[in-house]
Amino acid sequence: MTLILNEEQKMLKDSANEFLAMNSPVEKFRTLRDENYKPFDKELWQEIVEMGWTALTIPEQYNGLDFGYVGFGQVLEEMGKCLTKAPLLSSIGLCATALVKSSNEELKNNWIPELMNGTKHMAFAQDEKTYFDPTSIETTASESSNGYLINGSKIMVIDGGSADAFIVTANTSDNETALFVIDSKAEGVTIHTETLLDAGTYANIHFNQVSIKNEDRLSDKGKGDELLNYINNTAAICLSAEMLGIVTEAFDQTIAYLQERQQFGKRIGSYQALQHRAAKLFCEIELCKSVVIKALQALDKGDVNIDKLASLAKAKLGETIKLTTNEAIQMHGGIGVTDDVNIGFYFKRARVAQRLFGDYSYHLDRYARLNAY
Amino acid sequence: METTTKTNLEDFRLETRKWLEENCPASMRKPVRDSNDFFWGGRNAQFGSEDQKIWFERMLEKKWIVPYWDTKYGGGGLSNEENNILTQEMARLGCRKPIFSFGISMLGPALHKFASEEQKMRFLPEITAGKTWWCQGYSEPNAGSDLAGLQTKAEDKGDHYLINGSKVWTSYADKSDWIFCLVRTDFEAPKHNGISFLLIDMASEGVSTRPIKLISGKSPFCETFFDNVKVPKENLIGTLNDGWSIAKYLLTHERQMIGGVGETDIRQELHKTAKAYLPLQDGKISDGVLRHEIAVQEMNDSIFEMTIQRIMDEAKTGVNAGALSSFFKYYGTEQNVSRMELLTAITGSEGLQWEGDNEDAKVQVRRLCRSKGNTIEGGTSEIQLGIISKRILNLPS
Repeated sequence: MTLILNEEQKMLKDSANEFLAMNSPVEKFRTLRDENYKPFDKELWQEIVEMGWTALTIPEQYNGLDFGYVGFGQVLEEMGKCLTKAPLLSSIGLCATALVKSSNEELKNNWIPELMNGTKHMAFAQDEKTYFDPTSIETTASESSNGYLINGSKIMVIDGGSADAFIVTANTSDNETALFVIDSKAEGVTIHTETLLDAGTYANIHFNQVSIKNEDRLSDKGKGDELLNYINNTAAICLSAEMLGIVTEAFDQTIAYLQERQQFGKRIGSYQALQHRAAKLFCEIELCKSVVIKALQALDKGDVNIDKLASLAKAKLGETIKLTTNEAIQMHGGIGVTDDVNIGFYFKRARVAQRLFGDYSYHLDRYARLNAY
Repeated sequence: METTTKTNLEDFRLETRKWLEENCPASMRKPVRDSNDFFWGGRNAQFGSEDQKIWFERMLEKKWIVPYWDTKYGGGGLSNEENNILTQEMARLGCRKPIFSFGISMLGPALHKFASEEQKMRFLPEITAGKTWWCQGYSEPNAGSDLAGLQTKAEDKGDHYLINGSKVWTSYADKSDWIFCLVRTDFEAPKHNGISFLLIDMASEGVSTRPIKLISGKSPFCETFFDNVKVPKENLIGTLNDGWSIAKYLLTHERQMIGGVGETDIRQELHKTAKAYLPLQDGKISDGVLRHEIAVQEMNDSIFEMTIQRIMDEAKTGVNAGALSSFFKYYGTEQNVSRMELLTAITGSEGLQWEGDNEDAKVQVRRLCRSKGNTIEGGTSEIQLGIISKRILNLPS
């Protein structure tokens, strides 16, 4: 298999680029932030639905486009460039993926159409600690007469403040990881949102004796860990695609600045001290492009090496996004640390993105463990 | 272009696989130990082993010494697809190349692009037959990174050029039959515009060589001296004073070679060595710092491989990958150097043995020293970064 986009994927990428440049330029991000950290623009979300982006990864049997994750990744990459806010990763990349992968037909039929048409969106609630550790779960799901009682707290839930429902990881009484769909309006659910560095709102959710039905269990018995691992691989890869967009845009803006900014009577891009640093960044970004497309392809073909590729992608992008956004600010000089230019937005978004679904050190360590060292 | 159907290609793959399995001797499926372990061809060709001879002769008979060159030059005439299949199948079995030849990897592409048909018919078949050992005469004592500042002089004497000067870092000059050389043919013109590309028979009167010893010990590098050497005019390739275009073209091939493009056998699995040498805790390397460095190295090694594939795939669709050879050269050699440093750290005191009975250790420590040259030869890392910033990123001068 070649590591390049096919014609349809290229067309999708181009149309996403064009659409977002028109409808969601970075200035839009600034406006949302200045409007008291508005999570996302509902009109834009509806247009995204009309573009078909919410259907890309959904199989035909659920009326999706079955276009695949490589295409979905191109859209996320373009969104990364524009810092577009929309619940595409959370609701489709994570939750719809989880639904499609599960065998609970009732939940699938209830939710997939609504997620696809954008009338509702779902958020994935798994983090409990400041660091990423998806398998040590303290939230409990104890069996009750006709279902489960959920107790516990989740943090850092992307788009959790406005979600209609959550997919929640919990520990069952036989000490097994299980995933449940829980309505955000259910009794005993309290939601508190926090604004993070990237001007995004993330939810802390408390579940107090929340009662759910047996049918709301998404993962089959004994399959919870496998499903959770699959979702986290998908999340790491999709987010890596978005991070690639952030990296390339921050880099391009920086190169443009080096080409125009004058000091000592010369354009600063003519100084070797900056040229070599820019060239090194270029090399790292070339590596990022390769690992992202390789990992996206692996999702589409159900590659057995998906664990390793997900960690390779997220580790490499985590490393490079930090380096690139730091260099971007330094090379912009004084203007780079002002709120007047956009480059700081990329630096801020980079910090949050690299933490989500495991940071550089988490995934590098996981990669080493998967290789048995 | 010839179109080959999918079924034909599948047949070709199966036939190729069968042929390689039947014809490649077992010892030719093992990784090459060092440069002495290669067959180099040439006028005084010497085979290192019977298997090496058998393998070379069988491949020669099959016309697979250079499988993708035109049959009129002694190539195999394979299409790109077929050649890719052959490469893949050889890699699958671990088959070595039957010959190591700068004629194939460097001069050949330049001749294809710049030489006259007569010159092609004269030189290419000798390359595909493994009969000429070529070396490269580029750098000079005062023209290293500033290659275009070279001073070896070629004076027009009517029917021939008279060459005076010296070259340095000419690999295998003492064993080679011919040298492809950059010489100055115009001393008045700006330095890039007075260079020509000349082929010189090393047996000519006035050519002498002296080997260079490196920090790694003996080396194939030589100094090459030209003292009133007469070279026939028909040995000039391309246009007079336009040799720099050929030099640049050829350097992209050299850089890809040094960057290790397509040679996966030299990349070893560090962590396996590490687990054999280092203390473990619950199966994990207990030295957390070293474990981290190994993981970074392996992460970048494996993603660099993907990147080579991606850029090759893009090149096939017509995207110009020219300046990217500087990326390959820079990144590949920096990875080589850090890999050797890690291997040395992993193997501890054993990895420091210079003399003694442990052959593996002695080879490894010399490879560490030799790797330091990788980021210098063929244009230093800094030169490559300069090319990337100017030609790819369009940063100003």
